[in-house]
Amino acid sequence: MTNLETRLGGLTLPNPVLTAAGCGGTGRELGRFFDVGRLGALVTPSLTPQPRAGRPGPRLAETPSGVLNAAGLQGPGIETFLSRDLPWLAERDARVIVSIAGGSVREYTEVARLLGDAPGVAAVEINLSCPDVENRGSTFAAHPSAAARLVRAVRASAPRRIPVLAKLSADVTDIVGVAMACADAGADGLSMINTLHGMAIDTTTLRPALAGVTGELSGPAIRPVAVRCVYQVHAALPEVPIVGIGGIRTGLDALEFVLAGASAVAVGTATLHDPSACARVLRELEGALKERGIDRLADVVGLAHKPAGSLHRRIDPNVGLTVAGDTAGAGGAEPIEQETSQ
Amino acid sequence: MTDSPVAPVQVPGTVLTIRRTGAYHAMTLVAPGIAERFRPGQFVALAVGGERSSMLTRRCFFVREVKPDYGGTVEIVFAVRGTGTQWLAALRPRDILDVAGPLGRPFPLPRHPVRCVLVGEGHSGAALFPLAAVLRQRECAVHFVLGGAESEHVYGTRAARRVGDSTSVVTEDGSLGHRGRPEDLVAAVVEEAAAEVVYACGPTETLRAVSRIAVRYDLPVQVAVEEPMSCGTGVCQACVLPVIDDEGVTHMARSCVEGPVFRGERVRWDDLGTIPFDAYGAPRSVLPGSLS
Repeated sequence: MTNLETRLGGLTLPNPVLTAAGCGGTGRELGRFFDVGRLGALVTPSLTPQPRAGRPGPRLAETPSGVLNAAGLQGPGIETFLSRDLPWLAERDARVIVSIAGGSVREYTEVARLLGDAPGVAAVEINLSCPDVENRGSTFAAHPSAAARLVRAVRASAPRRIPVLAKLSADVTDIVGVAMACADAGADGLSMINTLHGMAIDTTTLRPALAGVTGELSGPAIRPVAVRCVYQVHAALPEVPIVGIGGIRTGLDALEFVLAGASAVAVGTATLHDPSACARVLRELEGALKERGIDRLADVVGLAHKPAGSLHRRIDPNVGLTVAGDTAGAGGAEPIEQETSQ
Repeated sequence: MTDSPVAPVQVPGTVLTIRRTGAYHAMTLVAPGIAERFRPGQFVALAVGGERSSMLTRRCFFVREVKPDYGGTVEIVFAVRGTGTQWLAALRPRDILDVAGPLGRPFPLPRHPVRCVLVGEGHSGAALFPLAAVLRQRECAVHFVLGGAESEHVYGTRAARRVGDSTSVVTEDGSLGHRGRPEDLVAAVVEEAAAEVVYACGPTETLRAVSRIAVRYDLPVQVAVEEPMSCGTGVCQACVLPVIDDEGVTHMARSCVEGPVFRGERVRWDDLGTIPFDAYGAPRSVLPGSLS
């Protein structure tokens, strides 16, 4: 049995596969396709203090290996979530990471405070990509100081037992700087990356494809950007747990993020394509680890940072290895080298 | 979400047949588990482009017919509109694609035998045929009004003549039946048939007009919207419409889970493509009264 257990700050999850905020609904949608209690955690759509009707349509356009959206964080607001959706998730023993959003620091802290009293909230994820009305509409994620100010305030409002994750945007010059500022401000972990700004123009109507003109790009198209960000931030902050997000569609995509330094991964846009994507990615990730003779997920977090051949290795004659060049010939019976944490 | 009677399934579907029907394609898939769960008005969401497809959104289609053969078959009717539907049209028998369904809120059915008018425009009219079959079982009278831009775009006239008590056909260019739009005939058919219920399926303009006529005659009207859906399962929030709920509050309702069937008079047709100022959660900076 592969040990898939992973930790995000003080939170221990039985497996590393999460839904990405805004792509997994509030559980009921995907619960019709698989048991949401089997997820590492369900990350909710970003919740605001008040209900939000979102943006007018068209809200979504398909782009090559991606999706461009401008839904405008439509949601019921935190109170309806707490009374209607959270109990449903609790009944199914789902671990819930609540994504929070707002237009000002006060709105975020208001939501964080309400969550503190709610049973069954495993962690809070701060969506830093909202425009700060007090800072001329610039997003919190865009500046280390603005990000730190928000993280500090949310950390102070949420009870100590609840880890606070900061979700970073890659639309910045120096994501490592923002990550360091968030970690210094008390973030227990980092989720990265959020969507990238994008735009599509409909060549039939000759006008922007989205009513919101510009939108947010997600899907496999952004995966290399996300892997790069996770790799860079893990190199700078190896002790800070990272949730890798961005175009994960298969177990191997998930493994790529883990190797870059992610302790957990979140499946987003792939869920639009395949409502059972999370369950499938988990199954495939477990298989991929087994195939490589890895019996603990935690052992390979950030492995890509280590030079090849510099690892502690042990010989395990019982595991066949069909990947990774150095190959099992003779029916997998050949002893193979395997890295361990020991 | 509670509107969906049973949980959908996600299964590999095998193409059984694919053929042209007028301007459209009709495809029958062997997709076990969907037929017995299906209720008229529901749809299926297909993954297009194969397993490693670069097209990530699902293509959603109303179900034309289900049969118990081979563990359950599903027939859909679609128009080629882009690369995804082009890919579907190029499929051949025995090809496999991922199918999720049945999805969405079905047409509510009358408890008693009543006289019904079923209005369909284009390939969405396909959704009316499983409905008609169930209505006939309940001894309801079924009167069809079918329309399209020209004769090739009118779906199901032959089937309608077989199952319906009457069938009126209308095309915009007059190449088949009357010249005009489906809504031009609805009032006359409603009066002639002394209709008690109206069902409609098709583009927004048609549904808006049919809903108006039904309201004028004080008839319940159930419409299935064609709003483009991207996931079909409720997660992406792309297919929202302003719909008035039982308390009179307008919500941005997802066509895929709260619909695709809505009460026609509850949809704010004139506000489509907007967030009405009085919608639940609408931006607060716009004060009621500053817009009309």
